[in-house]
Amino acid sequence: MTKLLQTLVDGISVGSLYALIALGYTMVYGILSFINFAHSDVFMLGAWFSFVISRAFGWAEVAPPAWSIALVLPASMVLCATLGFTIERLAYRPLRAAPRLNVLITAIGVSLLLENTGALPFLFGTQPQSMPRLIADRPLATIAGVNINVVDVVVVVVAVALMMALQWLVFGTKLGRAMRAVSFSDKIAALMGVNVNLVISFTFVVGSALAAAAGLLYALKYPGVKQPADASWVLLGLKAFCAAVVGGIGNVRGAMLGGLLIGLVELFGAAYVSTTLRDAYVFLVLIAVLLGRPTGILGRAAVEKV
Amino acid sequence: MARPTDMADAARRLSPPLGGSIPRSLLPLILGVIIAVLGQLLVPAVGDFYYTLFINIGINVILAVSLNIVNGLTGQFSIGHAGFMLVGGYVAGIITYYGSYALWGSTKVIEVFLGPGEWLFVAGSVVGGLVAAACGYLVGLPSLRLRGDYLAIVTLGFGEIVRVLFQLTTPVLKGDDLAAASLGQKLTSLGGAQGFGAIPRYTTLFWVLVFVTLSLLVAIRLKRSTYGRAFLAIRENEIAAEAMGVNTTQTKVRAFVLSAFFAGIAGSLFAHQLATNLNPRELGFQKSFDVVIMVVLGGMGSVSGAVVAAVLLTILPELLREVSGYRMIAYAFLLIVMMILRPQGIFGVRELWELGGKKKS
Amino acid sequence: MLFPVLAGGCDRMRGQKGGEEEGKGGGETILVGEFGSFTGSEATFGQSTHNGLMLAVKEINAAGGVKGKKIEVKWLDDAGKTQEAGLAVTRLITENKVIAVIGEVASSLSLAGGRVAQQKGVPMISPSSTNPDVTDLGDMIFRVCFIDPFQGYVGAKFARENLKAQKAAILYDQAQAYSQGLREEFRKSFVKLGGEIVTEQAYSGGDSDFSAQLTTIRDHKPDVIYLPGYYTDVGNTVLQARKLGITQPFLGGDGWDSAQLAKIGGASIEGSFYSNHYSHEETRPAVQNFVKKYKEDYGAVPDGLAALGYDAMMIMADAMKRSPSLSGKDLAKAISETKNFSAVTGIITIDEHRNARKPAVVVVMKGGVPTYVTTIEPTK
Repeated sequence: MTKLLQTLVDGISVGSLYALIALGYTMVYGILSFINFAHSDVFMLGAWFSFVISRAFGWAEVAPPAWSIALVLPASMVLCATLGFTIERLAYRPLRAAPRLNVLITAIGVSLLLENTGALPFLFGTQPQSMPRLIADRPLATIAGVNINVVDVVVVVVAVALMMALQWLVFGTKLGRAMRAVSFSDKIAALMGVNVNLVISFTFVVGSALAAAAGLLYALKYPGVKQPADASWVLLGLKAFCAAVVGGIGNVRGAMLGGLLIGLVELFGAAYVSTTLRDAYVFLVLIAVLLGRPTGILGRAAVEKV
Repeated sequence: MARPTDMADAARRLSPPLGGSIPRSLLPLILGVIIAVLGQLLVPAVGDFYYTLFINIGINVILAVSLNIVNGLTGQFSIGHAGFMLVGGYVAGIITYYGSYALWGSTKVIEVFLGPGEWLFVAGSVVGGLVAAACGYLVGLPSLRLRGDYLAIVTLGFGEIVRVLFQLTTPVLKGDDLAAASLGQKLTSLGGAQGFGAIPRYTTLFWVLVFVTLSLLVAIRLKRSTYGRAFLAIRENEIAAEAMGVNTTQTKVRAFVLSAFFAGIAGSLFAHQLATNLNPRELGFQKSFDVVIMVVLGGMGSVSGAVVAAVLLTILPELLREVSGYRMIAYAFLLIVMMILRPQGIFGVRELWELGGKKKS
Repeated sequence: MLFPVLAGGCDRMRGQKGGEEEGKGGGETILVGEFGSFTGSEATFGQSTHNGLMLAVKEINAAGGVKGKKIEVKWLDDAGKTQEAGLAVTRLITENKVIAVIGEVASSLSLAGGRVAQQKGVPMISPSSTNPDVTDLGDMIFRVCFIDPFQGYVGAKFARENLKAQKAAILYDQAQAYSQGLREEFRKSFVKLGGEIVTEQAYSGGDSDFSAQLTTIRDHKPDVIYLPGYYTDVGNTVLQARKLGITQPFLGGDGWDSAQLAKIGGASIEGSFYSNHYSHEETRPAVQNFVKKYKEDYGAVPDGLAALGYDAMMIMADAMKRSPSLSGKDLAKAISETKNFSAVTGIITIDEHRNARKPAVVVVMKGGVPTYVTTIEPTK
C-alpha cells in the first residue's frame, strides 16, 4: 500500500515534468507539423541557465532567500524564450517552404549545436554541477508512510499553474485564437489577417519558456545537473515527445494527459514489473496506443484528401 | 573516395534495360568484385588509416543507400535504421562466434582470403540481414495504419526497444563456460552494455566493397523497375498511387524489408570490423539520425546522392577530428547552412549522371 | 594540417601554462597518442583524464623529459563511439606515428582502440578501463586501474567484514558496462562470503528518477546498498534515497571519486563508503604533490579519472626511461616490468596479466571529504 502510494506520488511528479516539456513539442507540431528535436536542448539550457543564475547570486554558498525561485524562474524563462525566438528566426524560418524532413534535419543540427556549444569549457563545461537548493528539501507531510516533499509539491503546483495559463492563452485570448487558426491552416489564417510569422515566433517563445520552467523544476528535483552534451537530456526529450504523441500531438490537453500517463507507466512498470526494461515501457505504450488510435488518445483523425 | 560513385556510374553504363540477357546484367557485379579486389590490394599500400576509413565509408554507403529506399524512394520516414543494424550485427556475430567455436574449436580468425572463415562470415552477414529484414517486416506492418511522423516514431521506438533488449544480455561466455552452455545461455550471453567484443574480426575492404556493389545494384535497378515506380508513386501521392492499382501497404512493407536487409548486412560488417566494438549504446537513435542526415543531404531518392553524402559525412568528421570540442559545432553549423542553402539536397531526386540533362519529374 | 586555423583550437585544452612549449622543444620530441571522449555523453570523463595526463606531461618535461627529449601528446577525440575510437587509434599510429597510446575510460572503447594498437605492436595503457577483457587483447595492452573482479571483491569483503552486512541490495546502471561489471563481481563475492543479495535493481544512463527502484530496495530492508555507478548519478540517487527514508549506508566503487559528489549529495552522502585507489588525505608525497598542482592548474580538486590519467602517463614515461629503445617491443617489456612504482593511485606493480596490482582503500564520506577507513590487499 505504501509502495503503491509512493509510486503514485512519484509518478505524478515525474509526469508533470514530462507534460511541461511535451507542451513545447506539441505546440510546434500543431502549428508547423515538424518534430522540434532541439526542444530537449532548450530544456537542458533552462536547467543550466537556472544553475548559472543561482550561482551568480552566491546561493551555492549562502542559503537562498524564499523569493529566489520567483527570480530564477522568470529569468530562466526569458533567456530560453529569447533563444527559442532566435532559433526559429535564424534556422527554421528560411525553411518554411521546404520539405518537413529538411526542417527536421535542421532541428537535429540546432540540437547538436546547442549541446556542443554548451559543453565548451568557457561556457558550462563538461562537469556535472550541483544546483543550489532554492527550496527547502524536506517532507511537507507524511500520509500513510509516504513522504510528500516540498520539491514535489512545488513541481506539480508550478507545472499545473503554467499549464492552466497556457490553456487560457490558447483558448481564452485573441492571440490564442490566432494560434489555433494558423494550426488549422496557415494560408487561410493569413488571408483572414493573421500575422502568421508573429504567431509562429510567439509559439516558439511560449514553448521555450515552458521548457525553461521544466528545466528549473528538473534541476530542483534532481540537483545533480548533468553536462550539456549528456545523452540523458535528449532521451528525456524523446520520452516527453512520446508523451505528446500518446496524448495526441498538436493538442494541449493531450500533452498534459500523455505526460502524466507516461510518467505513471514508467514508474509503475519499474516498481512492479522490472526496472531493466524501463526505457522500453515508454515506447511499448507508445506503439500500443498508436496502433489502437493512430493519432493519439485525444488526437483528431485527419482525413487525407486527394 | 570517388570509388563508390565511379562504380555507380559504371553500373549505369553497363546495366541493360530490364529483361536484358543474364550474363550482361551480371557485368556490374563482376566489375564490382574486380574493384573490390583492387581495393583490398591497393588501399593498404596507402596506409592502414585509409583502409579503415574506406571500410567506414563503405558501411555508411550501404546504410545510406538502404535507408534511401524507405525514406527517399517511398517517402516513408524511418528513424530506426540503427535498430536493424544492431539486429544484423548481433545475429551475424552469434553465427561467427559460436559457429567458429563449433566448427574449429576456437574463435580465432582464419586469415585466408576467401577461406572457410570468410565464408562463415558472409553466411552470417546474410542471415543477419535476413533476420533484420524480418524485423523490417514487423516494423513495416504498422504502416498500414500509421502515416508520416507517427510511423517515424514507431521506428524510433523499435530501435530503442532493440537497444534496451541487447543491453540486458549477460557477459560473453568463454572457454569452459562456453563449452558447457546451453543454446539459450549462448543466445542471452552477448555482453550487455559492454558489447559483443569477442566476435572474430572478418570484415575486410573486399567484402565491404562487394556488399556496397550489391546494395548499389539493387537500389539503382529498383529505382528503374516497376517496383521502384510504385515506390515513387507512393511517395508522390499515396492516394493517387492506390487509385492506380498500387498495393500501398505491400509496397511499403517491401521497402522496409529490403532496407532492413542491407542495414543488417551493414551491422554485420560493423560488428566484424577490427577497430570497433559492437555495443547497443553506439547504435542508438543518434546513429539512426546520422543516416537520415545522409539521405536528406544527398537528396531524397537519389542513390548517387546518398553515396556522395555518406562519403562526405564520413570524411568530414575525420577532417575536423583535430579540433575536438569544436568539431561537432562545426558539423552542426554546416548541416544547418546546407539545409537552408540547398534544401533539396546535393542532387535532389536526380542521379549524378542525370545532372546535365533534363530535369526528371 | 588541412585546417591549420581550426587546428589552432587544440591549444585551448592543453595544460594551460605548459601547453606552449610541448612539441616545440627543438625538433626532437617523443610523440605519445591519446584517444578520449572529448565530446558527447562521456566528455566528463574524457576531459578529466586528459587534464591529469597533461599535468603529468608538464611535470615530466619540466624535469628534463625522457632520454633528453620532451614528450608531446597528440590527442584525438572519439566522441565516445567505438568506430571512431578504432579509427582515431589507427590514425595516431599510422599517420601521426606515435610510439605509444594512452586511452580510454569506457572498456568498449579501449577494446576497439586496443585491438588496433595490439595489431600494430604499439604499447597502450588504459587509465581506467576495468573490464578484464581489455588487457586480454594481448601483450601490448596495459592498465593502471583495478579490474572489476578485484574491486567487486573489495566491496563485498568490506561489506561483510567491516560493515557486518548480511543482506545487500544492488542498484546498478545497465547502460554502463563499468557498472554492470562491478555488479556481477560484487554479487559473486558477496554470496561467496556468506551474504545474501536481497534485490538487484537497474537504472539506465538517461534516468534521473530512481524512486521506483529505491522504493523496492527499501521494502527489502538490506543492510547495505551497493551502488556501482559514476558520480554523475550517485549524488541524485543518494538524495532520493534519503528522502524515501532509506538510512542504510551506500557502498560504491572508484567511479564515485569526485569533488562534485559531496556538492551534489550534500548531507545525504555522509556516512557512505566507496572503494578507491587512494584517498586525498594520504600523506604520501605523490598524492599531495598531485592534488596541489592540479588545483593550481585547473582550479578544481582532481577526480579519480584525472589521477588515473596522470598515473598512466607517469608509468609510460618511467617505462620509456628504463627501456633500452623506444620500439614497441622494448617499451611494452619495460612497462610490464614496472614494479612498486609510487603513483598517485597507489604503489603500482604490473602483473603477468598486464594489470595494475595495487591495494584498494575504502573511504567514508565525512564532512564532505572522503576519509580513509581501511586498506584491502589484492589476494589472488
